[in-house]
Amino acid sequence: MKSVVFIEKNFHTGKLRNVTVELAWKANTLVKPLNGEVVGIFAGDELPTDYAELFRYGIDRVLFYKNPALKNLQSTAMKHILCAMIKHENPEIVLFGATHTGRDIAPLVASTLKTGLTADCTQLHIDDYKDKGKILFQVRPAFGGNILATIITPDHRPMMATVREGVMLLPEEKTDKPIRIEEFKTEFNKEWIRNEFLEIIPKISKVNFHSAQTIVAGGAGVGSKEDFRLLEQLAAVLGAEVGASRAAVDFGFAEKERQIGQTGSVVRPKLYIACGISGSIQHRAGMEESKKIIAINKDPNAPIFAVAHMGIVGDLKEIIPVMIKYLREEG
Amino acid sequence: MLKIKVLAKQVPDTANITGNAMKDDGTVNRAILPAVFNPEDLNALELALSIKDTVGDCEVSVISMGPAKAVDVLKHSLFMGADKVYLISDRKYAGADTLATSFVLSEAIKLLGGADIVLAGRQAIDGDTAQVGPQVAEKLDMNQITYVSGIREITGSYAIVERDGEYQTEIIKAHYPVLMTVTSSVNMPRYPNASKMLRHFKSDIPSAFTAEKLEDAQKSGRIIPLITNDDLKLDDERCGLKGSPTKVHNIKSITLTGGDLKFYGNENEGIKSLIRDIMKDYVEVES
Repeated sequence: MKSVVFIEKNFHTGKLRNVTVELAWKANTLVKPLNGEVVGIFAGDELPTDYAELFRYGIDRVLFYKNPALKNLQSTAMKHILCAMIKHENPEIVLFGATHTGRDIAPLVASTLKTGLTADCTQLHIDDYKDKGKILFQVRPAFGGNILATIITPDHRPMMATVREGVMLLPEEKTDKPIRIEEFKTEFNKEWIRNEFLEIIPKISKVNFHSAQTIVAGGAGVGSKEDFRLLEQLAAVLGAEVGASRAAVDFGFAEKERQIGQTGSVVRPKLYIACGISGSIQHRAGMEESKKIIAINKDPNAPIFAVAHMGIVGDLKEIIPVMIKYLREEG
Repeated sequence: MLKIKVLAKQVPDTANITGNAMKDDGTVNRAILPAVFNPEDLNALELALSIKDTVGDCEVSVISMGPAKAVDVLKHSLFMGADKVYLISDRKYAGADTLATSFVLSEAIKLLGGADIVLAGRQAIDGDTAQVGPQVAEKLDMNQITYVSGIREITGSYAIVERDGEYQTEIIKAHYPVLMTVTSSVNMPRYPNASKMLRHFKSDIPSAFTAEKLEDAQKSGRIIPLITNDDLKLDDERCGLKGSPTKVHNIKSITLTGGDLKFYGNENEGIKSLIRDIMKDYVEVES
């Protein structure tokens, strides 16, 4: 069984997006028991500078197409090129990162190939299905995270899925596969370049959940933007990143980029401190795999306590300053 | 004249869902759920109306595929100022995944005279797939810009928009035709207009009127056209459940995983012992 992984480059750093490496490893674990092959496909101006990493995470071969016209996201051109590459490889499985690039292109590819695409999968596994042999089972939350649906594409190939960054784990050990890259040549039609990029404005992101060991997150229960400062102070003492629930973002307590949950970031730090977060399914979907969860909430019946390891029932405006005080003393 | 088609979906209010909302075949029993206008589709409609405000010579049509009660979304569109609205409904279209849905929608756009601009919300809150917009663009061989988060300039022949590219904001100029999917930060949807509400309060699809009232409704422009497969004449094999490559294998309700929760008192002593336990762990995990 062959699996193709879309190689996505971070437009800023010129390096691989984390999700690509995560998917490479996932694809490797899916098809390796079946003696399958994992092929990374790339279309763009230049390969990511650190593409060699892919071979340490289970990719067997990289097929790349280079064209300076693809410096920025040209959806139509990417559709044509990637479809040609996928047809060339004829894989059973195609995986894309559920990024703003992947979610732009993957539906175009699936529509062109007239096959199924399952968005934002949280689990992927291969199993036998009726008389169809081995197929991909794609688990995804739906209905605002209220249900988990297993989706299959029994009769069409390739079976396509997108996965969000941070959802699939990386292995502790790395593979040591030889670097095998191969250039793909195809005709290019200038008419495929339909968007003119006038300007690129980097977003100065202050948030880095990926490397955060600890996250202090606040919800609607924090009450105000001013009181959210308390969380920032607690985070500062712990060397933690500050996160927020969707409600806190909607109320304007925190910036959108701090949102954790189904429509925000998926995080799994070693310590997650949920302050004034009731713990809706949508929020839990983004944090419940944290190693240790502390919940501080006025409501003893808040659902957040169901996923928490340590809890305090009470007013966070009184509790957090005391926490900060003791942390300073202990630290 | 600039032709704008807005794709709007009626969605279950995902904040209020109970376990029995799923049918045995794994599809959603929409009938028992409170239904709302998909939030980002409202932003798409607002963008269409604001383009009309700017450009002038422009027709805004809203298309929704769904059961008869999805007419509420179309009525709301009329209240906000849409020129025309169409309900696409047919038993054959039920149970469609994004591929089958985008096929029907793209064919409906063709039937209704095509479009210079197609607008839709980035994603619907029931499925969160963000796939139907791009797949409609693919079927119409139309350029697309997804994640449109702001508007710089709109003219009768091109648009300059801001796209949320995760690590960067991209300022993109695109000539029509183009399909754009928008996020909630693109604008603030306007309120319904009172006189339009009065005019269209009883607007509905033809079958909702008795024979004697139908003529009156037609005269006063209160008929919302219904498009079925008798109009679109699409191959059954490409519509609805049949035309959907993806199948729902099973559905699980999410249950809370009860952990080993330890409560601490909210007075100084409790907090102190919480901090001690954190620090103990901290040393372990950091090592």
